Amino acid sequence: MSVIEYNKKLSSDMYLMKVKEKNNSKMGQFYMLRAWDTYPVLSRPISIYDADSESVTFLYKTVGKGTEYFATLKEGDKITLEGPHGNGFPQLKGKIALVGGGVGIAPLYLTAKKLKESGSKVDVYLGFSGETVLTDEYEKVCDNLKVNVGGFVTDDINPEDYDAIFTCGPDIMMRILTEKAAKDAREVPVYVSMENRMACGYGVCLCCSVDTENGNMRACKEGPVFIGKEVYR
Amino acid sequence: MSEALKTEMCGVEFKNPVALASGTCGFGEELNEYFDISLLGGICSKGLTLNPRKGNTGIRIWETPSGIMNSVGLENPGVKAYIEDHLDFVNSKDIVNIVNLGGHCIDDYLQGIELLNPCRFDFLELNISCPNVKSGGMNFGVKTEVAREVVREARKICKHKMIVKLSPNAEDITSLARMCEEEGADALTLVNTFLGLAIDINRKKAVFDNGYAGLSGPAIKPIALRMVNQVSKSVKIPVMGVGGITSWQDAIEFIMAGATTLQVGTASFMAPSKSVSIIEGMEKYCKENGISNLSEIRGII
Repeated sequence: MSVIEYNKKLSSDMYLMKVKEKNNSKMGQFYMLRAWDTYPVLSRPISIYDADSESVTFLYKTVGKGTEYFATLKEGDKITLEGPHGNGFPQLKGKIALVGGGVGIAPLYLTAKKLKESGSKVDVYLGFSGETVLTDEYEKVCDNLKVNVGGFVTDDINPEDYDAIFTCGPDIMMRILTEKAAKDAREVPVYVSMENRMACGYGVCLCCSVDTENGNMRACKEGPVFIGKEVYR
Repeated sequence: MSEALKTEMCGVEFKNPVALASGTCGFGEELNEYFDISLLGGICSKGLTLNPRKGNTGIRIWETPSGIMNSVGLENPGVKAYIEDHLDFVNSKDIVNIVNLGGHCIDDYLQGIELLNPCRFDFLELNISCPNVKSGGMNFGVKTEVAREVVREARKICKHKMIVKLSPNAEDITSLARMCEEEGADALTLVNTFLGLAIDINRKKAVFDNGYAGLSGPAIKPIALRMVNQVSKSVKIPVMGVGGITSWQDAIEFIMAGATTLQVGTASFMAPSKSVSIIEGMEKYCKENGISNLSEIRGII
């Protein structure tokens, strides 16, 4: 069990929770979170928003019983973190666009930070349907930030300007981005972070299987990050 | 290791009666990163089919009050790949190895058994009850006389000890169980998941592409426990009890209801090492209650 340092409400349904936890997490990984005994049955897979060696911060949206319960937790409350899981985003160098939609923006914060640290040029594109969250924080960790409210964040990006695109968010957004990049002569690689429903989070239940051109892959184990054109064919 | 938990089933010794249920533990490799799986009594492989299967499309998991519904659809690498890539790992562990086999027609089962016959493992678990494969296992497991043919033909050629995994959706589970005994099954596993339905009221469609799906977890425990109790009283062959066991208390209940051994399934999704804490709790219970072996409380209800 780990101790919650803070759990802040950011908007009507988005929260930021920092938990004390020694870790060596990589950008784009996730944890299975649980703050109850047997009900609800499943733990909740939540992306790492930020991490240092002593703590992990999660950005989450209340969508059901589990996340609604997380929202009631206070400083000093206990929570079980199981992980980190998954492959995470690749450590590439160059000019990289990070594109997030809704709560899918979560893994892009640490990713932007890490990519900047290793010398990449990082542009962040955030899409929101209504209220925006944490845009000031993202601005601090990238070269350019573009925020789109109510429109299509995919319209704002010219894939040719980049060496790689990392994206997380609604399926339709990631698909359009993958298709848009494939149309360009440079065929800029798009790395997509899949948010399939999960049960176990550690590779045994096969509930999060992703149909890829290399066969079924587990979002929790071989993913959540896949090459876009291998998923959207 | 506790003497109290040592259990013999069909001449095979389990160091404790707790096995992992098919489909909730892969082939043991991932869980072995969390704890030495040799701590367990046994492991049931992910449900294998003769040929590899990609499994079902669409949503595969849905949470319900105190339960989960799954529609994985027997995604698996096929019998041959299991033998080549996974069997040695399980055999390298000090654990009872139970290989679960499903099928779409009798010939699938028989060809699968032929491939498995030369291999080293302890039990074949014949899955005649998967609810998630159309024109598949489910039909075999509902009607006693349909199931009889599969069990009979499988028994004729299967060189291993054979467990038949029964469906709670059977028309008459005790008659199905007696039929398996008559046809030479060495043991029974009950129960598989309960057929259920979930509807997405916004899309106005069933949640699962396959329509109905299998319910497991604490929600089914009282019904599974009752079925284990009924069946263990009506057959002489041992029963592996499964259905919503998430605590050591649940496990003791199943033993008291008449189960010889147990399978832990959904609970492993709550925490990878849940099965180990169940074993530890059972040990403690026996110690505190002066029980020198579980046989003293088995089937007392």
